[in-house]
Amino acid sequence: MRVFNEIAVVTTICIKSIPQRFWASFSTVVAVGLVVTVLLAFLAMAAGFQQTLRGTGAKDMAILMRAGSQAELNSGVTRDQARLIEEAPGVMKDADGKPLVSPELYVIVDGVKKTAVPADGNLKKAPRSNLTLRGLGPAGIAVRPDLKIVEGRAFKPGTNELMVGRALQKDFAGLNVGNTVKLGNSNWLVVGAFELGGSVFESELWADTPEVQDLFHRQNVFQSIRARLTGPDALKTLSDYAANDPQLKLDVTTEADYYAQQASRTSDLIQKLGWPLAIAMAFGALAGALNTMYSSVAARAQEIATLRCIGFSGTSSFIGTLLESLVLALMGGIVGTLVTWVLFDGLTGSTLSGASFSQIVFTFHLTPAVALQGIILALVVGLVGGVFPAWRAARIPIVEAYGTP
Amino acid sequence: MTGQTLIHLQDVSKRFVKGKDTITIFDHLGLSIPAGDFVAVMGPSGSGKTTLLNLLGGIDQPTEGSITFDGGRVDTLTEGQLARWRAHNVGFIFQFYNLMPTLSAARNVELPLLLTSFGRAERKRRVEAALSLVGLAERADHYPREMSGGQQQRVAIARALISDPKLLLCDEPTGDLDRTTADEILAMLRLLNQEMGKTIVMVTHDPEAAKYARRTLHLDKGRFTERELVA
Ligand SMILES: Nc1ncnc2c1ncn2[C@@H]1O[C@H](COP(=O)(O)OP(=O)(O)OP(=O)(O)O)[C@@H](O)[C@H]1O
Ligand SMILES: [Mg+2]
Repeated sequence: MRVFNEIAVVTTICIKSIPQRFWASFSTVVAVGLVVTVLLAFLAMAAGFQQTLRGTGAKDMAILMRAGSQAELNSGVTRDQARLIEEAPGVMKDADGKPLVSPELYVIVDGVKKTAVPADGNLKKAPRSNLTLRGLGPAGIAVRPDLKIVEGRAFKPGTNELMVGRALQKDFAGLNVGNTVKLGNSNWLVVGAFELGGSVFESELWADTPEVQDLFHRQNVFQSIRARLTGPDALKTLSDYAANDPQLKLDVTTEADYYAQQASRTSDLIQKLGWPLAIAMAFGALAGALNTMYSSVAARAQEIATLRCIGFSGTSSFIGTLLESLVLALMGGIVGTLVTWVLFDGLTGSTLSGASFSQIVFTFHLTPAVALQGIILALVVGLVGGVFPAWRAARIPIVEAYGTP
Repeated sequence: MTGQTLIHLQDVSKRFVKGKDTITIFDHLGLSIPAGDFVAVMGPSGSGKTTLLNLLGGIDQPTEGSITFDGGRVDTLTEGQLARWRAHNVGFIFQFYNLMPTLSAARNVELPLLLTSFGRAERKRRVEAALSLVGLAERADHYPREMSGGQQQRVAIARALISDPKLLLCDEPTGDLDRTTADEILAMLRLLNQEMGKTIVMVTHDPEAAKYARRTLHLDKGRFTERELVA
């Protein structure tokens, strides 16, 4: 109880003296706030990105790619393999008995972000970003029962018509229904826009597979096969079937698992960029915090010495100074979190996906777990920035009490 | 008025080592202060007056010799023991008052009580009594910057008295005050000595201030050159 009283009053003295060093304390708060903002922006991006990819892909949809290819872009599947899958067990059939299998093509094209459109509106001069053009097989729409066409209509097989993902349409220029877009060497007409549960697919352009094969000279080859499964055990049935046929050297997973794996890879990458940057900046903030706290201890040297004279312990000066530093850092952490929340939370961004090398549109998401990491980083800066000055405070000679104020 | 020996310094030496040099402040100094005494210590700057107060108050330790207080050795205590000993036995009064600028008068006076086991209500009662004693009962909620130098010094006296120590150590308590205010403060110290039996050791440059004491010690070159009994 006595020790608690002692520490409480010393801490009160320390914290109430903060306004006496307003600008130094203020700049420490700002510096820590900046560090936290940078970290949280990256982490919120990773979290948002992960959420978008996690929401992608159905559990009852198998995706088949060449063994070991890891991503659709690296995969290649032949027309013969596609035909074998159409007859495979575990694959669902529609009312007419046609298998729900869609061999798909995956081509990188490019487009212009709305933010990159030059003042004169001339898209030819604008910097271009990679986009995914997906060719869908005849059953491509039927295998995706959650698909919603929100504007216009689906492309007609055998034509240069496109459907555009909703997220992509919002973020990229010239993708409204009725627009003509040049992809590769050919012109395409945008006839519809679709939504698919806020997933990665909403960042894609969709067209008819044979048409894409023709215009991009990819005859007889696909990147992946989508196959709708009959039930929970069907994935095993299908992969056993593929394993037993030497012609089918394919990896079989559910679409949901495939995107979950892509998600953790890319969000790991974002975090691996964000943390070192934030930590490098944290050293700058730490220098500021140390400086502020050393000047705080110097300014209070006589007060601390007087308290020691009265009989207060060095420990209470240590803890009081440390808590002052932690309070400043915590304020910085809270400011940083609020700034990130106001500036970034809910903001839409797009980034290169590590796996596909094309743009994926996602929303920054400042989750409580992410915010907590920012607060922890702030407190670490406060702890390290406070412990050395606090040590000095505890070692102030008592005779300092006599000096002039 | 004065009685048994409260403080006894025997063969006390104090040396400071500064780089290669050793400065000897005291060399086998002896001093006895009876309980209830009021001693003024005078002497040129650098003669060791503050150093003497530090030794008496357990802020600094002698290089050699022994210091006893109320029959018990002080010079052998550890730092933590000394802190507790100071809290119970010594009140300090400084030239520049040394109040905490961010605490009210009452909170300043309360500080030494935070080291005791008194509860909140008892602390409040004692703080009020101490502030009344120095005539500042209505100033309890004022901050140091809202008070004159003399008032601040009275708050400091209340703080020094609050845990009822036997010994008050004052280093130039009126050094920063005008004559009239200084006389008020000195009269208050004399009252504390005469009415409450506090033993007081006061360092001063001011011969007028020294007149309030019962006797004056002149310190020069590490020796008391003269002892005169005033009262
Ligand atoms: N911690 C220390 N380290 C080294 N030398 C010291 C220390 N404290 C005091 N001294 C020296 O001891 C001598 C006496 O100092 P002290 O402060 O006791 O003098 P004083 O009589 O109080 O002087 P003043 O009247 O100016 O206050 C001085 O020469 C001072 O420089
Ligand atoms: Mg002195």
